[in-house]
Amino acid sequence: MLEKALQGGPKYWLWMILLAAVIGAGSLCYYTQLIYGLGITGMSRDVTWGLYIAQFTFLVGVAASAVMVVLPYYLHNYKAFSKITILGEFIAISAVIMCLLFVIVDIGQPMRAVNMVLYPSPRSILFWDMVVLNGYLVLNVVISRVTMGAERKGVKPPAWIRPVIVLSIPWAVSIHTVTAFIYCGLGARPFWLTAILAPRFLASAFSAGPALLILLCLLMRRLTKFDAGDEPIQKLSIIVAYAMAANVFFVALELFTALYSASPEHIAPFQYMFLGLEGKHKLAPWVWTSQSMGILALVLLIVPRTRKNMRILALACIGLNIALWIDKGMAMVVTGFVPSPLGHVTEYTPTPPEIMIAIGIYAIGLFILTGLCRIALSLRGQLEA
Amino acid sequence: MSFNRRDFLKLTGLGAVSAVAARAAAAFPFFGGAPGAVKAETNAKTAKRWAMVVDLTKCKENCTDCIDACHTTHNVPDFGDDKRHEVKWIWKEPYKQSFPDQENEFLKDDLSERRVLVFCNHCQNPPCTRVCPTRATWKRPEDGIVMMDWHRCIGCRYCMAACPYGSRSFNWLDPRPHIKTITPDYPTRTRGVVEKCNFCDSRLAQGQMPACVEACKDRALIFGDLEAPDSPVRQILRERFSIRRKPELGTQPQVYYVV
Amino acid sequence: MHDGGKIMGGLAVFFALLLFPVWNNLAQGKADYRPNPQILPKGNCVESREYMLSSHMDLLNTWRDQVVRQDKRIYVSTLDGKEHLMSLSKTCLGCHTNKAEFCDQCHTYMNVAPYCWDCHVDPQANK
Repeated sequence: MLEKALQGGPKYWLWMILLAAVIGAGSLCYYTQLIYGLGITGMSRDVTWGLYIAQFTFLVGVAASAVMVVLPYYLHNYKAFSKITILGEFIAISAVIMCLLFVIVDIGQPMRAVNMVLYPSPRSILFWDMVVLNGYLVLNVVISRVTMGAERKGVKPPAWIRPVIVLSIPWAVSIHTVTAFIYCGLGARPFWLTAILAPRFLASAFSAGPALLILLCLLMRRLTKFDAGDEPIQKLSIIVAYAMAANVFFVALELFTALYSASPEHIAPFQYMFLGLEGKHKLAPWVWTSQSMGILALVLLIVPRTRKNMRILALACIGLNIALWIDKGMAMVVTGFVPSPLGHVTEYTPTPPEIMIAIGIYAIGLFILTGLCRIALSLRGQLEA
Repeated sequence: MSFNRRDFLKLTGLGAVSAVAARAAAAFPFFGGAPGAVKAETNAKTAKRWAMVVDLTKCKENCTDCIDACHTTHNVPDFGDDKRHEVKWIWKEPYKQSFPDQENEFLKDDLSERRVLVFCNHCQNPPCTRVCPTRATWKRPEDGIVMMDWHRCIGCRYCMAACPYGSRSFNWLDPRPHIKTITPDYPTRTRGVVEKCNFCDSRLAQGQMPACVEACKDRALIFGDLEAPDSPVRQILRERFSIRRKPELGTQPQVYYVV
Repeated sequence: MHDGGKIMGGLAVFFALLLFPVWNNLAQGKADYRPNPQILPKGNCVESREYMLSSHMDLLNTWRDQVVRQDKRIYVSTLDGKEHLMSLSKTCLGCHTNKAEFCDQCHTYMNVAPYCWDCHVDPQANK
């Protein structure tokens, strides 16, 4: 089945070669990082996680969001999602692979990564994250492979796949809950030490992911013969709106608890995020961009007239993803380290090689996603526009 | 029997995977071990629970003897002004930042501007060892020392996020070029691993006191067994008022400060 | 699709080139180069010569785990019952003071790059 990804016109190949070139550039930067050490990044003794772990956190959400199409389709038999469920699974596969790659590039001794398997440590949340992420990858590869294989032969998928699909639903929730647990179980970091973190992660995931899926559908409508149809897109946009509303509500809850209790250690990180501390405020413009774009996108998604306009919907989905990419990525991760446990305010700026490595990993994800979509479309004979 | 392209791809893929796996297995020879017996050194210093008392009334503000001794003994690199990549095992922090929970606008004069010696607290309930995904850091059940295995650490830095005291450092770069004089008795570290104070476990094993304790001319650092009622640490804690860093987190630090 | 001959021919040429070092040595009757590690000290190592030749890495793994993780630092040899401090820098390199001629020769020949020396110090190199 994979050979279908090897058939395509010049435009397809040009795109793939472009991605391969970006991957190559990222790999060169990663090679430099291997030789030189993680000192090549902007991270420091005080801010020990940065761009990589931020992308990891955001993409776990994207991966988990496949459940928002899988659940209505398989549990509630919502037929409108029949054509796009496979796309949700493809996004999940490429997002999980990107997640794993972002963890690999972040660790100081990647050659020893296998130590996590040789010396399993169930007390570490990172151990469980490895288990659930790899499990989720396997689940989605198996599910998409089997359902697509059945579709090619024009038969019903085998019966044993249904329990596997049902299992993938709570599993998707688990990957993001466990990822939140990495952060919210640390007494040392008051900013992350909040029970709302996992629900907030899920809410933002269930809006960012389906929003990406909408964008993918609209893009494929323009570039290929595949048309998801207006109904599933509209249904998705409602899911995006509700999830985003929940997310904004959760953020407001956090702000209230921190600000009204006036506990200094809870206020300080928020102060750094929005206003800066000790005259250091590199993150603030990003956070304000994120907050305003998020609110604007939410309004556009709630008002039926704007939501139903495909152009505005596309813009809202782009804005929403930028907002959540900042909010859940850099803002969430970096602010946890500011101020440091000793009260120091150290700022973090990713370096060019660090950014290139991250772009390289995104290119790998896009490469995989493009190839997978290509396979699905060629099976359905919906290639060219 | 037909052997189509798909079978071919599957077979070559399997071959590639097993080649990589064989290579990886060779890199981790976890089968077989040395035939001989092993035992502890006979003159080792032992305790049920090691602890340190820092007597701030004796510790001199501008003295760095203990820091120098520790960092020379353990080949701790010096990155100079490059604070981002700094590695440190024991150092001084302003009182207000070492004890944020003791915040007080009108503090005793000699404390408010005071810089306090800080290092790993060797917590009884350490959050750093709990989060380690490879058990590269763990609390020794025999004597409570929070250890590091630099051979096993994968450099995920989860322990650094979990430590409420900022006691851990990461080797962002190769440390060797930044060590002024290398002490051959002790290993340096390599890039990509986390390090911190280990209460001089290898010196204790040879019957020596920790390097910092030995270096302190003013006897401001008192080291001993908390489970032994007549140990010097128990004696001073009985007689003097002491505090610990961030006790509200329940980590139970084994470093006490006499103020 | 009748390129069997071409494929087989190509493969033959490929393997001939790939295996050049092997048949070249066979044809010459001897290898061009063999490592010849110089053993300086007379007398016994911590274990027999044969064991050390084949399994010194297993021994070092045990030493590493015992010292770092179990706080056991003395090794009792099965050869003569003598006790040795389990230390790469002090015990191994204390006798084998010629790391370059002893360790590195074989490691270079076998194309293995043990990362011991990233951290552990050769006391001679720093004198």
